[in-house]
Amino acid sequence: MNKSVFFGAMTVASLAAGAAAAGTLEDVQARGKLNCGVTTGLVGFAAPDANGEWQGFDVAVCRAVAAAVLGDGNAVEFVPTTGKTRFTALASGEIDMLARNTTWTLSRDVDLKFDFVGVNYYDGQGFMIPKEMGVASAKDLDGATVCIQTGTTTELNLADFFRANNISYEPVPIETNAEGQQQYLAGACDVYTTDASGLAATRATFESPAEHVLLPEIVSKEPLGPLVRHGDNEWGDVVRWTLNALITAEELGVTSANIAEMSASAGGSPEINRLLGTEGTLGEMLGLSASWSKDAIAVSGNYGEIFAKNIGEETPIGLARGLNAQWTDGGLIYSPPFR
Amino acid sequence: MTIMTDPPKESFRLSMLLNDSRYRSLTLQVIAAILLALVIFYLANNVATNLAALGVSISFDFLGAPAGYDINQRLIEYTSQSSNLQAAFVGILNTMLVAVLACITATILGVFAGVLRLSNNWLVSKLMSIYVEIFRNIPLLIWILVIYGVMTVVLPAPNAFRGDDPSASMFMGISAFTNRGVYIPGPEFSRIFGETGILSAGIGWLVAIAILVGSFFGARIVNKRATRIQEATGVRPATLATNLAIWFLPLIAFFIITGLTFVVPVLKGFNFGGGIKIGAPLIAMWLALSVYTGAFIAENVRAGIQAVSKGQTEAAGALGIRPGRIMSLIILPQALRVIIPPMISNFLNITKNSSLAILVGYADVTATLGGITLNQTGRAIECVVLLMLFYLIISLTISGVANVYNNSTKLKER
Repeated sequence: MNKSVFFGAMTVASLAAGAAAAGTLEDVQARGKLNCGVTTGLVGFAAPDANGEWQGFDVAVCRAVAAAVLGDGNAVEFVPTTGKTRFTALASGEIDMLARNTTWTLSRDVDLKFDFVGVNYYDGQGFMIPKEMGVASAKDLDGATVCIQTGTTTELNLADFFRANNISYEPVPIETNAEGQQQYLAGACDVYTTDASGLAATRATFESPAEHVLLPEIVSKEPLGPLVRHGDNEWGDVVRWTLNALITAEELGVTSANIAEMSASAGGSPEINRLLGTEGTLGEMLGLSASWSKDAIAVSGNYGEIFAKNIGEETPIGLARGLNAQWTDGGLIYSPPFR
Repeated sequence: MTIMTDPPKESFRLSMLLNDSRYRSLTLQVIAAILLALVIFYLANNVATNLAALGVSISFDFLGAPAGYDINQRLIEYTSQSSNLQAAFVGILNTMLVAVLACITATILGVFAGVLRLSNNWLVSKLMSIYVEIFRNIPLLIWILVIYGVMTVVLPAPNAFRGDDPSASMFMGISAFTNRGVYIPGPEFSRIFGETGILSAGIGWLVAIAILVGSFFGARIVNKRATRIQEATGVRPATLATNLAIWFLPLIAFFIITGLTFVVPVLKGFNFGGGIKIGAPLIAMWLALSVYTGAFIAENVRAGIQAVSKGQTEAAGALGIRPGRIMSLIILPQALRVIIPPMISNFLNITKNSSLAILVGYADVTATLGGITLNQTGRAIECVVLLMLFYLIISLTISGVANVYNNSTKLKER
């Protein structure tokens, strides 16, 4: 009995060793499915819709990568992760990439051995409070009870902000956004803090969103983006350039509506031709098919379309492009050239 | 008469290791031990190789770095600039606090429920059966969530106490039951210890405890003297007044000198200030652990009582002892021998189950060291190893202490 346990453990250990050695790109291609880590449910960013299909801003990145690698935007296994489990899930190889509004920080990049492949949303930490409290500034929050998702950078920013302003607060650590929402609505905490985009998304699901205000202070920089394990640069390149393809597509005016026509044959713009693979061998360099970026963009459109459909001003979440506008429109969204 | 000669002394041959029953078991055990060591070495080596391949190095340096986060319930000095180690200690103390509180209440609850379940009163015994069966058969996790959920939804938010016509009012004007916790008046030393910092108040309470210990020994001397006189003369001198004086006078004098006052919590800003706050997470954990484990203890107590022969009850009854005293003087002391060993494992369960605390935002050691510190530093292996070490040490300590007590009560066989 003891022996069989040991042999079992040995087998598992050897298998794990095997998995870590091979390249992620080959693994995904062999598996025929991309394992993508997302949140446990944040409407607009990643949440299952009424039909059980995952939808959202981060989900669209997963689908685009799956389409680029496998040619099918539905060949994704979505793995819900909490703030606590996400890094372990990625480091252990349970997921191939993480697209879960995760802030790019030095220690995560360097010490935790991950590679952030880019930024798909420039965010900042904000505060939400019921309107009836009559609080106009986060600096008036002395003594407040604050609900906060544990294991996130917001936890550290919060401590820094209150310390810098020499005011006190009482943290209520919670595991998931749903739990935080419930605590906040029950009045167990006065304030809910997380990334401003997340607050807007959460407020959109309330019965009466108008009774809650977001305070004007944004207390941190939170560049959110997809990340992969450090050391597998080929795979990192695939994810990085898939995200860049979505961004470039918006810049060049390639949309889900005109992509079929544009990619049918080489057109007048060399940059669009290179992007869509009708000219040059960019896909081959990445180890993908020539139509990789066309497939990626075709799934849910370019960056702007994904933004507008999931979290834009037309949606209940109602986020303006702001910092997340293309650089040509005065925003920070900027992709290196496809060349 | 023949002379027996010694059988020719066989020289040791290698084959005897397997063929000779004197050596065979030893051989097999040595082989098994070597194999086991090899397997362990293989696994350890595999882990080390894989960790190296992933570029993970083991280092405990992070314990000295500033933690960077705040904790809502602190029994010792802690700010977000304190080290991760200090955060771990805050968590350890919180774990021990809820474990000790829950052990005490679970024991009281369990003993009452266990005894009452054997009551001749049909209603009482059935009520206790219902309690035991309901709480024992639903997972602890769910009880914690239910109690916390009910507290947050049913109790008013501090905001409800505000305004000219508040929808909630303070209990007897001195305590507030809110969904963030219960605020009760807190004692403060207004004179000698000055401003009520945590440390100075702590010293005050340490002095008070020292006085109580002194009173305990004082009372013991008085009682011993009384016993001596009783044995010599047959008449026990009255000690009640002396005992009361020894117990209470020094303490009251100390409190008057230090100016002990009770500070009633008042609503200021977002929350109540002043007094003592017992946080909702602590209450939820404490209650849930108590009622859940209490149900198990009740069954242990019932088993222990039923293990005592019925003849004991009948004999005591024949001597004219009242039922209450039969239970407390005759049955329970004997039942203790059966009750204590499983009780130890229940105490261990309480301590280990307290690691579910993060579920309701209670900052125990699993939440600080094994949760936030682990997340913020990414040192998963180190944190989990430390966590395992802590629970191992605390559990072994509890069972060690409990075993000493068990040895003192168990049947002495001479």
